[in-house]
Amino acid sequence: MTARPRSRMSRFNVSALVLGLAFLYLPIAILVIYSFNASKLVTVWGGWSLRWYAEFFNDRAMLDAAWMSLRVAAVSASLATLLGTLAATALSRGERFKGRTLFSGMLYAPLVMPEVITGLSLLLLFVALNAERGFWTVTIAHTTLTMCFVTVVVQARLGKLDRSLEEAAMDLGCDPLRAFVSVTLPLILPSIVAGWMLAFTLSLDDVVIASFTTGPGSATLPIRIYSEVRLGVRPQINAICTLVLGLITVVIVAASFATKLTSARGEGAAPL
Amino acid sequence: MTDEPATSEPPLEVVAEPARPAPPAEAADIPLLRIEAVVKQFGGFRAVDRLSLDIRAGEFFALLGPSGCGKTTLLRMLAGFETPDEGRILLDGWDIAPLLPHERPVNMMFQNYALFPHLSVRDNIAFGLKRAGMPAADIRTRVAEMIALVKLEGLEKRKPDQLSGGQKQRVALARALARRPRILLLDEPLAALDKKLRESTQAELMALQRRLGTTFIIVTHDQDEAMTMADRIGVMDRGRLEQVATPRQLYEAPASRWIAEFVGDINLFEGEVASREAGRLVIATRDAGSIVVAAPLQPINKDVVAVAIRPEKVKLSRRGPASDDADHAHAINRLEGVVTDVGYLGGLTTYKVKLDSGAELRSSMANTARIDIDAYSPTHRVVAWFTPDDCLVLEQ
Repeated sequence: MTARPRSRMSRFNVSALVLGLAFLYLPIAILVIYSFNASKLVTVWGGWSLRWYAEFFNDRAMLDAAWMSLRVAAVSASLATLLGTLAATALSRGERFKGRTLFSGMLYAPLVMPEVITGLSLLLLFVALNAERGFWTVTIAHTTLTMCFVTVVVQARLGKLDRSLEEAAMDLGCDPLRAFVSVTLPLILPSIVAGWMLAFTLSLDDVVIASFTTGPGSATLPIRIYSEVRLGVRPQINAICTLVLGLITVVIVAASFATKLTSARGEGAAPL
Repeated sequence: MTDEPATSEPPLEVVAEPARPAPPAEAADIPLLRIEAVVKQFGGFRAVDRLSLDIRAGEFFALLGPSGCGKTTLLRMLAGFETPDEGRILLDGWDIAPLLPHERPVNMMFQNYALFPHLSVRDNIAFGLKRAGMPAADIRTRVAEMIALVKLEGLEKRKPDQLSGGQKQRVALARALARRPRILLLDEPLAALDKKLRESTQAELMALQRRLGTTFIIVTHDQDEAMTMADRIGVMDRGRLEQVATPRQLYEAPASRWIAEFVGDINLFEGEVASREAGRLVIATRDAGSIVVAAPLQPINKDVVAVAIRPEKVKLSRRGPASDDADHAHAINRLEGVVTDVGYLGGLTTYKVKLDSGAELRSSMANTARIDIDAYSPTHRVVAWFTPDDCLVLEQ
């Protein structure tokens, strides 16, 4: 055993790895491959084609839904990032205020709250307020869903950031707000960006909360896809899903780069 | 060389300060900084307990104490990161206690340097100048000046994580000095450096302080560092100043037994005053017989006292001082014992001698000769001797 090079894996390890990856990614791979299918039937291969992509870009309703989804994701992610960063700052930098533990508990509750409950309660709220359901209700709902994720990401970074950096800034002539803007903010910016992207993707693929809080004529892309699939899967759906998959991959990779940048800066921030 | 404009003279000289020794003659003028009965509590714990202290302009002052003694809290109050619960902090006669850090003409060098990782060396140093609204051309000149001062030429564009520990320390120093503060506060500035670098940096800090004339207040737990660098040292324990003195006074005339034991090594023998003669006291000790000591300036009121002798004042020989030795006449105190432990430290050798009474006596002797035929080894029987002037009498 010891003579074996460490890098070589046993047959068992290789097969376990292959099976595991296949279990995770085979369905997605099939979806991506079939999105390039020329055949009209979803399960029959008819050669390579971009026809379903073209069809998607001519499908007005589907494009509207996609546009709606992107707008909701962008706006709710921005709101969630703003609120989440403020909450994280309050939690890690603010004076110990009364009810701080309760505040942080309530902030993190949506992380574990079943989406159905969040969605239903928001629906009840909007109905009670007599709010017209549509873009803004979905956006607000997604903001409440994703804010806690941003808070987690930003607070982790703030916790690791050396407090004396802010003190040094104040010592060198900054009032507390200026110290935050000119020193803390640039240092936590990568995690804020990562938080935004996380919120964006969460909003983009949410069905449950969106289906509770959206109104007629303002369906998001996942809802649209879901309702289409109930009538039978069209190859066009595969194309759309592949596009969404690509977008999310790009965002996730960018987010992980942003996080990596954060930790690279973090080394300089905490030398001891 | 000093940039202290010693002009504004606030009329606050009459404040009585009971717990302090009379200031030396040269400090007759108003102190730059006066700390008045300052109290800081954390929860129920008094980190700083009615502490008063004057610091003169241009002084290199060290706050020395064990960890948790409140020295860092005091420094942070001077910088403005903590607000005193009671008392005043007067800079040039003005109470700065209510001011925020950015409103004080005081800068601080942080223990971990707290360099801004996203800014270059140059921008780190220029940070405080930009905040002060200095014109860009002046900032350039000042930054170049500071970089030359701390010998960082060629590293202006580096980011902090591309610097060595010693270089970071210099950037932090330059950044804190760039605004020409009235007082520079240094929180354990050398703690993160290795021993060799620490020693050379000590010398550089002293030279820099002399050149700029800026008042330095340094916090340290390292007594060698405080002794080497400071003009005066304030020894703190449990939120109070135990003694404020020059390094020599602190070492040779500690105010209490605690300080005698905290600063340097010392032999302590408890005993009672047996007789008082002109200029001499005879103390009957439990472990070392009768010791003749020079009577201290302040009269000893208590009967139970401790005799303290620094190890380097204790000389060892096989038969006691030779009769032709100049010290012979004064070497009244002789103790006999057996060497139990020898520690060779290069420049000096430390000995532990077990006295016949069973007590331990420590001695250290400079290794003045390369080949020392008089070196002692364990089990050697020796006579330890010291003069009455070498002894201190401490009331508990």
